[in-house]
Amino acid sequence: MTRATDYTLDHLDHLESEAIHIFREVEGEFERPVILFSGGKDSVVMLHLALKAFAPAPLPFALLHVDTGHNFPEVLTYRDDTVARTGARLYVAKVQDYIDDGRLRERPDGTRNPLQTVPLLDAIESGRFDAVFGGGRRDEEKARAKERVFSLRDAFGAWDPRRQRPELWDLYNGRHAPGEHVRVFPLSNWTELDVWRYIERERIELPAIYYAHRREVFLRDGMWLTAGDWGGPRQGETVEERTVRYRTVGDMSCTGAVESEAADVADVILEVAASRVTERGATRADDRLSEAAMEDRKKQGYF
Amino acid sequence: MTHDLLRLATAGSVDDGKSTLVGRLLYDTKSVLADQLDAVERVSRERGLDGADLALLTDGLRAEREQGITIDVAYRYFSTATRSYVLADTPGHVQYTRNMVTGASTAELALILVDARHGVVEQTRRHLAVTGLLGVRHVAVAVNKMDLVDWDRSRYDDIVADARALAARFDIEDVVAVPLSALLGDNVVERSAHTPWYDGPTLLEHLEAVPVGTDPATQPFRFPVQVVVRPQAGEYRDYRGYAGRITAGVVRVGDEVAVLPGGRTTRVVGIDLGRGDGTVTELSEAFAPQSVTLRLADDIDISRGDLLADPGRPGHVTRSVGGTVCVLSERPVRPRDRVLLRAGTRTVRAMVEEIIDQLDIDTVDYRRAPQELRLNDIGRVRVRLADDLPIDDYHELRRSGAFLLIDDADGATLAAGMADAPDRYAGADI
Repeated sequence: MTRATDYTLDHLDHLESEAIHIFREVEGEFERPVILFSGGKDSVVMLHLALKAFAPAPLPFALLHVDTGHNFPEVLTYRDDTVARTGARLYVAKVQDYIDDGRLRERPDGTRNPLQTVPLLDAIESGRFDAVFGGGRRDEEKARAKERVFSLRDAFGAWDPRRQRPELWDLYNGRHAPGEHVRVFPLSNWTELDVWRYIERERIELPAIYYAHRREVFLRDGMWLTAGDWGGPRQGETVEERTVRYRTVGDMSCTGAVESEAADVADVILEVAASRVTERGATRADDRLSEAAMEDRKKQGYF
Repeated sequence: MTHDLLRLATAGSVDDGKSTLVGRLLYDTKSVLADQLDAVERVSRERGLDGADLALLTDGLRAEREQGITIDVAYRYFSTATRSYVLADTPGHVQYTRNMVTGASTAELALILVDARHGVVEQTRRHLAVTGLLGVRHVAVAVNKMDLVDWDRSRYDDIVADARALAARFDIEDVVAVPLSALLGDNVVERSAHTPWYDGPTLLEHLEAVPVGTDPATQPFRFPVQVVVRPQAGEYRDYRGYAGRITAGVVRVGDEVAVLPGGRTTRVVGIDLGRGDGTVTELSEAFAPQSVTLRLADDIDISRGDLLADPGRPGHVTRSVGGTVCVLSERPVRPRDRVLLRAGTRTVRAMVEEIIDQLDIDTVDYRRAPQELRLNDIGRVRVRLADDLPIDDYHELRRSGAFLLIDDADGATLAAGMADAPDRYAGADI
């Protein structure tokens, strides 16, 4: 048995307690919650917290992955191993299916991130999910800084900043009409560094691409991208081998690697703490499109 | 030493330089990264400004940028070697009282801006009133734009005296003022060369030193049950635990607890912290605000909405809640309105019985109530409940004296409430 020596909570314990409280509120108030699980570090931390919230009972939620068709193979393997280990039920919504039958069209720039919205909303509707956990953090981006922990979405999945409910104390109001759902962000108050420190403290395993490795990459718009069927490299872009790692894990077409020698969690924490560029700024082409890129995508029902 | 967490809320308008001050805090604590700064510099240039406008760091939505105002609470994060900060950046316009109330609800410290040229104005009064009502115990008054009054000490002293006098009216005990210039950075993080007459802390030094939280050892135990954990299989087949977050006090294995509103008592036989591998760690004690799972000696019917409490100091179980509310929605609150009242994890049907009075936030006087309380209005009400509710005096136990009024029809949050002790309204039918 362990004994607390004083009654002060460390900030990671504080954030953990807050997130666990949020998972339990959703279990208490909703019928069919689901966790968006991509194998990215934020979703991995979310899953870890959800398991803690209900232990020793099994996870009461299913997992949902929107597969762009351009995922890193290492991440898909990680996803499937995790599902097997936790015994969770996994739903997969495939962007490729929508492109194959013409419901969605490939964009000229080859990026599939914006294409995830429709399959996501369809999966939420057909799964009759009324609460959808996302790994979004308020420190990521300006539009996210104003996001609620419980974010109400209408029948089209749309986010209307003016219709969001004020959120006071830790009294979350999850009431919603049939057809509407609530996006829930248990990591709202975490920063990138908090996530990494928590991964270190809890010894959480991540897909290997988060750590430094040798990879064939080419340079586009100042980012190192992995060569692949999705449309790279183009003419004039040369592939070379570099030691890189990923700070975020998304669609291969728009997620860039950073040059890094950080081979383990401790190295990554040092690197993140010293970094002069945000993770989205460094590695997400889609957020560079305009000042309001994220705000616009969220209004359309994006994560 | 523990690296702890301080939640604070800012209040002030664009004109006070609030966005600039928040931008300065982020910038000087190295919480702003190069790409964010590049974007700010680019936009500043496009707008024909000389230097980087740090206020742009905190501008969020396009609608806000277009109107040059802040319409919603934004959350910012920065940290130092000893503390992480969650800052609720709230707009200070008259019509946005609801945002200030929202931001202050979770804050332990309110950072209130005063323009040194204008001194304490009505808006400052409003900010202090909300701060006091919401039970925020610490106030830091940032007397900003001191450079524009030539770092005049007597000007500063007058403002501080005014602010302290007001704060005392709202029962705010801890008030610390700092003379600063957010634009130039003086006394925000770096000490100013212009204020040799000032021997207090810089703003950040003060934030670093403020004590965090209320000592749980002084509080009665409160634990709203969120869910019942029953694996019903495997090695934990017979496990039955009550999961929740401790909102006040300390609990130890062996403690007696009252189950409210029912009133039976039982004993805590185990305190569990879940682990990622599906097992649990057993603790001998736990304290607010930890999330834990409690095992109890007796097989009592306990479910979500029940409150486990210190049987020696159990609070009040009532069907009539009196308290101060701030209306948060377009729909007004009127007598005889049928609503839902949410407190802790319990939601009960309720009827607004009476609007007792309304707070005039500019004069800070309570006046006879109008027919209704509208968006951003603050007033005292009495609400009758269809079922028993355990609740505390908000000003003694913040987390277990807070409630929401919810529209049963569309689920909207109508009002935020802070319960009074029941004997506050002598003669009320309790």
